[in-house]
Amino acid sequence: MSEKTAPVLRESATFDRLTIQEIQRAAETGIYDIRGGGTKRKLPHFDDLLLLGASVSRYPLEGYREKCGTDVILGNRFAKKPIHLKIPVTIAGMSFGALSANAKEALGRGATIAGTSTTTGDGGMTPEERGQSQHLVYQYLPSRYGMNPDDLRKADAIEIVLGQGAKPGGGGMLLGMKVTERVAGMRTLPIGVDQRSACRHPDWTGPDDLAIKIAELREITDWEKPIYVKIGASRPYYDVKLAVKAGADVIVLDGMQGGTAATQEVFIEHVGIPILSAIPQAVQALQEMGMHRKVQLIVSGGIRNGADVAKAMALGADAVAIGTAALIALGDNHPRLDEELKKIGSAAGFYDDWQNGRDPAGITTQDPELSKRLDPVEGGRRLANYLRVLVLEAQTMARACGKSHLHNLDPEDLVALTVESAAMARVPLAGTNWVPGSGTGY
Amino acid sequence: MKTIDLSIATVRDLNQALHDQVNTVTDHEWVVTHSDGKHNLAVGVNEAVSIDIQGHAGYYCAGMNQKASITVHGNVGVGCAENMMSGYIRVKGSASQAAGATAHGGLLVIEGDAGARCGISMKGIDIVVGGSIGHMSCFMGQAGRLVVCGDAGDALGDSLYETHIYVKGTVESLGSDCIEKEMRAEHLEELQGLLDRAGFKHRAADFKRYGSARQLYNFKVDNASAY
Amino acid sequence: MCGIVGLYLKNPQLESQLGKLFEPMLQAMTDRGPDSAGFAIYGDEVADGWVKLTLQATTEGFDWKALMGELEGRLGCSLDWFQNASAAVLKINAAEAPVRLALAELAPSLRIMSAGQSIEILKGMGLPQEISQRFGLASMKGSHIIGHTRMATESAVTMEGSHPFSTGADLCLVHNGSLSNHFRLRQELKREGIHFETDNDTEVAAGYLTWRLQQGDSLKEALDHSLEDLDGFFTFAIGTRNGFAVIRDPIACKPAILAETDDYVAMASEYQALSSLPGIENARVWEPAPATMYIWERESA
Repeated sequence: MSEKTAPVLRESATFDRLTIQEIQRAAETGIYDIRGGGTKRKLPHFDDLLLLGASVSRYPLEGYREKCGTDVILGNRFAKKPIHLKIPVTIAGMSFGALSANAKEALGRGATIAGTSTTTGDGGMTPEERGQSQHLVYQYLPSRYGMNPDDLRKADAIEIVLGQGAKPGGGGMLLGMKVTERVAGMRTLPIGVDQRSACRHPDWTGPDDLAIKIAELREITDWEKPIYVKIGASRPYYDVKLAVKAGADVIVLDGMQGGTAATQEVFIEHVGIPILSAIPQAVQALQEMGMHRKVQLIVSGGIRNGADVAKAMALGADAVAIGTAALIALGDNHPRLDEELKKIGSAAGFYDDWQNGRDPAGITTQDPELSKRLDPVEGGRRLANYLRVLVLEAQTMARACGKSHLHNLDPEDLVALTVESAAMARVPLAGTNWVPGSGTGY
Repeated sequence: MKTIDLSIATVRDLNQALHDQVNTVTDHEWVVTHSDGKHNLAVGVNEAVSIDIQGHAGYYCAGMNQKASITVHGNVGVGCAENMMSGYIRVKGSASQAAGATAHGGLLVIEGDAGARCGISMKGIDIVVGGSIGHMSCFMGQAGRLVVCGDAGDALGDSLYETHIYVKGTVESLGSDCIEKEMRAEHLEELQGLLDRAGFKHRAADFKRYGSARQLYNFKVDNASAY
Repeated sequence: MCGIVGLYLKNPQLESQLGKLFEPMLQAMTDRGPDSAGFAIYGDEVADGWVKLTLQATTEGFDWKALMGELEGRLGCSLDWFQNASAAVLKINAAEAPVRLALAELAPSLRIMSAGQSIEILKGMGLPQEISQRFGLASMKGSHIIGHTRMATESAVTMEGSHPFSTGADLCLVHNGSLSNHFRLRQELKREGIHFETDNDTEVAAGYLTWRLQQGDSLKEALDHSLEDLDGFFTFAIGTRNGFAVIRDPIACKPAILAETDDYVAMASEYQALSSLPGIENARVWEPAPATMYIWERESA
């Protein structure tokens, strides 16, 4: 007679434990699930692309003597004072409100040490960030929380936000527990309310009216500052063309991997397209208008390491932006927080309930005690270190491809590991000259 | 007094001259002629000068105004006085949509009608309209006062926060979370003050007050139909 | 997204200046629509039993004379025609259907821009000023005219993609906005027999109106149905034989201004397009309410 063994249990791929949990939670509460972060499921991404290093037909550059340039000029289409950054990695827009004041200060410090820019978020400009950040991009959002002309004049660039990758077509969200006295004061809201945000701008709809709005912002700031237009990746081919026609100096394109402080889980996972599939459309649009490199393209959404930076630039981006990665560099989801995260129903490496404002790292919180845990000076140092590594990694790979500037990386330096990523990135499957997909379709 | 003729000078010339007043006030009074519906007139002004626009203006007239007093002898397009911080704007004619949008302070008086979305997302401005206003007005109104001597269109005060709304005429329909509220002594006083400042001869007692029911301040599943 | 303009003359004495009054209106909308421009002008009516067609060739060198000779021979009826740049206006004493058939066989590369007794549609790629000059807009006469400057949103910039779109005899449509359900509607309308040349959302709106009118709707009924069936943001101006109509969607984000004097009714996306009209200082100027049709028409002869 055989030993009795436990039966092998079979989980459903469609109704897995996570799905069961979510359905039961919805039945219990009657409210959609809200969380922070970007798309968690696996998507075709930069990991599916490889760079072709030099060998016999092509020769590498020696580090360090043989320079690999990293600087980028943003906004020289129309602005009197374009921004000159030392590195092509910027800090994406994240609000004070979503983040603690210390976190915003840390980002400013780190970016300035590294020679790059930070961006305000939905809620306005804080003195901490303006004080520490050498190049500050001021976001102009549908809500217009905290928007005012004095800050507009203090900004180095203005970023008109149409949407972000986590939720193209959605508005901002900040739950009541994070609407503290200071946040409420900046946003002209009652303390403790769940902030409802508009998804469209209040005084313009459509690229024809956007052109007039861009002209207004230029007029108010005497044509000094570059005007960025930020879009969540959805139909980037059309969106980029329209942003250029409306007068943008720079386009910021955020893929679905881009994070948010809070929105519906279904929005994050099911709306928008991966950044890999968005960049070639955007570059094609710019090239067809003769505007590639003249209207700069900053891409974001899941940039994690120097390889991602190099590949994004090889596809045609002028620069990249990091959001989630910057927070992780500051200490978000650090293993030493595991015990505390377990107490609030999560664990290190899993924590995404940023909307609740209980972050033990002191980053996505307004709680004064928790916020103290993030030392802005130390945080700035960590961010600067991380940015330095991103750039060194990118330079190493670029030199290996024979490039004396990161901008000289191009799609021919790339091959793909999967059919999907080859089709999306429009580069050949490794070992072949096959680019799947019948033409561009546009 | 300085006159700028927009059939000769550009809108850029006008705005630069007005912005330069922050360094030195060369003229306290400005007159703009041949406006012809051009956009972005007198935007970003940051000095207590007075500006007379003798004609119609296009979009965003007096956008982000600080301290200046601006009178438009005509109609204005979309977004007049948008995001104004302080100062006084008077439109002798009518305004298109989004008048006073997201503005934080100052007084906007429209003698004629205002279009849709009047006072959308207002954050502290006072708006007084002699005529009627269009639909979706005061959408997400956060602070400030909106006074309408005529009628209001559909969905007034949808998703309202703390703006005080006073309407003399009929309201076609109220938006989510906007309800009629009791007029108490302090409201009558507030309203009469605004009417007097606007120079409109109406009695506060003839108006009704509308405000937020505050039911949407924290999400409750029972309110799902409001979304 | 785009700019739209329209001018309807109440005073017949202004008819000789229609093009001259309209040209600055179209040009004022250049920033809203730099990709292509077009207009539909009404006037110079042909008698009952005749039909007027605007034909567009791909080049100015098209041999119209030869074609007209062949057409006369083929159909055996009187005709009259004149060339305007790459287009030609054909007036012919026949019904529309056989003329279309004959043209399809004799000159398949030609596009029929419009058909009716009064309408002429001229449009093309380029700035409004180029289009005005190419077709000699300033010297045109007529009773009413609508026009459009285009900033292409989700379809290609081509001549076929420019507005106005013809939607039936003497009927045309211009649109400012962006429809969100045009893909499915196009599929359904194709099954109803409506023909499409582009991926343009406006072409779908025009096709939808054509279909509703074919189903027996009056213009008002067709437009009321469109408020239910078309999803998205739009201001429409529709040209009819005797006048024009304007309608906005219920959300009404896209702009629209109307101005009326004793001499004319004018419509535009922005006031500055109206500022050159005579007597505009004393005009009644107002904005159309959402989901409401406004129409001005002369009594039919």
